[in-house]
Amino acid sequence: MTINDNNENWFGPELDDANDDLTTRLAGLAIDGPVSVLDRIAATWVRVPSTAGELFVASTDQGVAYVRTTHAVHDSETEFANLFRREFTRPLLAAARPPAGLLPALHEQRAAKLRFDLTRLSPFEREVLLAVLTIPRGQVRPYAWVANRIGRPKAVRAVGSALGRNPVPVLIPCHRVIRTNGALGDYIFGPVTKRALLDAEGTNIGEIYELAQHHIHYVGSDTTGVVCFPSCPNARRITQPHRHGFRTITEANTAGYRPCYHCQPTTETA
Amino acid sequence: MSQPDEHLVEALTDDLDTGFIALFHAHRAVVFSTALRITGRWADAEDLTAEAFLRAYRALTGYHRDRIQALRPRSWLLTIVINLWRNSQRDAARRPVAVPAEQAPDPPDPQDVQRTVDERETDRELAELLAVLPADQRAAVVLRHVVDLPVAEVAVVLGRPAGTVKSQISRGLHRLRELYPAAEQRGLVPSDPTEVRR
Repeated sequence: MTINDNNENWFGPELDDANDDLTTRLAGLAIDGPVSVLDRIAATWVRVPSTAGELFVASTDQGVAYVRTTHAVHDSETEFANLFRREFTRPLLAAARPPAGLLPALHEQRAAKLRFDLTRLSPFEREVLLAVLTIPRGQVRPYAWVANRIGRPKAVRAVGSALGRNPVPVLIPCHRVIRTNGALGDYIFGPVTKRALLDAEGTNIGEIYELAQHHIHYVGSDTTGVVCFPSCPNARRITQPHRHGFRTITEANTAGYRPCYHCQPTTETA
Repeated sequence: MSQPDEHLVEALTDDLDTGFIALFHAHRAVVFSTALRITGRWADAEDLTAEAFLRAYRALTGYHRDRIQALRPRSWLLTIVINLWRNSQRDAARRPVAVPAEQAPDPPDPQDVQRTVDERETDRELAELLAVLPADQRAAVVLRHVVDLPVAEVAVVLGRPAGTVKSQISRGLHRLRELYPAAEQRGLVPSDPTEVRR
């Protein structure tokens, strides 16, 4: 197979001696490059609907790498592509179809099975995002819970910064992390979108805020003796006569309650 | 510069991403063949090809129009391949326990069965014999005779004088001629490539 017939145009005629069986067989060692290598070079993008409005989603061979709402990039795929290239320095092509698992993940707002390309992030940022990935739909956790969860209880502010740099918002649900005082806190796409996402997921954000105003951060049931975050389904189904609010887990423990296995409220709040 | 390359360079200055994909398809065969025959392993060749094109793209994003227009894409891409390969060999040699890459026998790769099918058109015995050549000779022989570059372009890619490259090629061919009939007589090359070096 001859790869290029135009060798001589640039460098002039070849004055090579050897042209025998060996060189013929060497020439036979040239093969066509596998097209699949392109998947490891170029990323692809799609435009998909979600509860946060339409999204541009870019993926590499490692998984979903970059997400922006169409609103955030003024509905411009060029603006999205430019942002992506500035971050990733890779070519970006339109995908024929969304990557496997993306549409179910958006539909169920559960992305635990989706593959992500977080290779450009620091180990700390990766750990933060993977911890946030475990927060179920309809629930929220304080920033301090995330810090605790990754074994860095004092790194609450750093957790906030890492979430602010989340390259795949909506899919890795950094909108499910709020302040201990019940305020929503910052969000990449702004607080209005954060609120809309939490409302769409059926989160009891108003109630959580109310409780926090009374310094109640955990809710327990006196029939089960279990204490939860207020957004946990186990907390939300406790009927009023059996509901007890707590300021800290220590306070709940002292009253004979154990932390819920589901929402794992292990964070102490001052 | 050949006609197709002129179009490629123009396309790169028009729209980097579209132009880059055209560049990939125009040169993936020569880049991959070079990578496969200098490393001797399919998986390494894929890594090297992907990394070389990614480096090329990164470089292009920082180049001005003039610099892109002055590019000779094939030589440029192959230079990146060779430099990455040399660096990886140097890094491998620095690792305390590692055997220098060119002396290490190819460990059995389960995917090789599939690759053998992919490569059934090619001369596997000869491909394995290339591993016997010292790195510089192998690169020179591959660039000159596998992917059919003129000596002057091989010299550019390897960053060596043309005279040096010529003698590397001829020494490499000489060594292959010594080994090749022997391999043919036995019907096949021994499965352990270290054996032929004794």
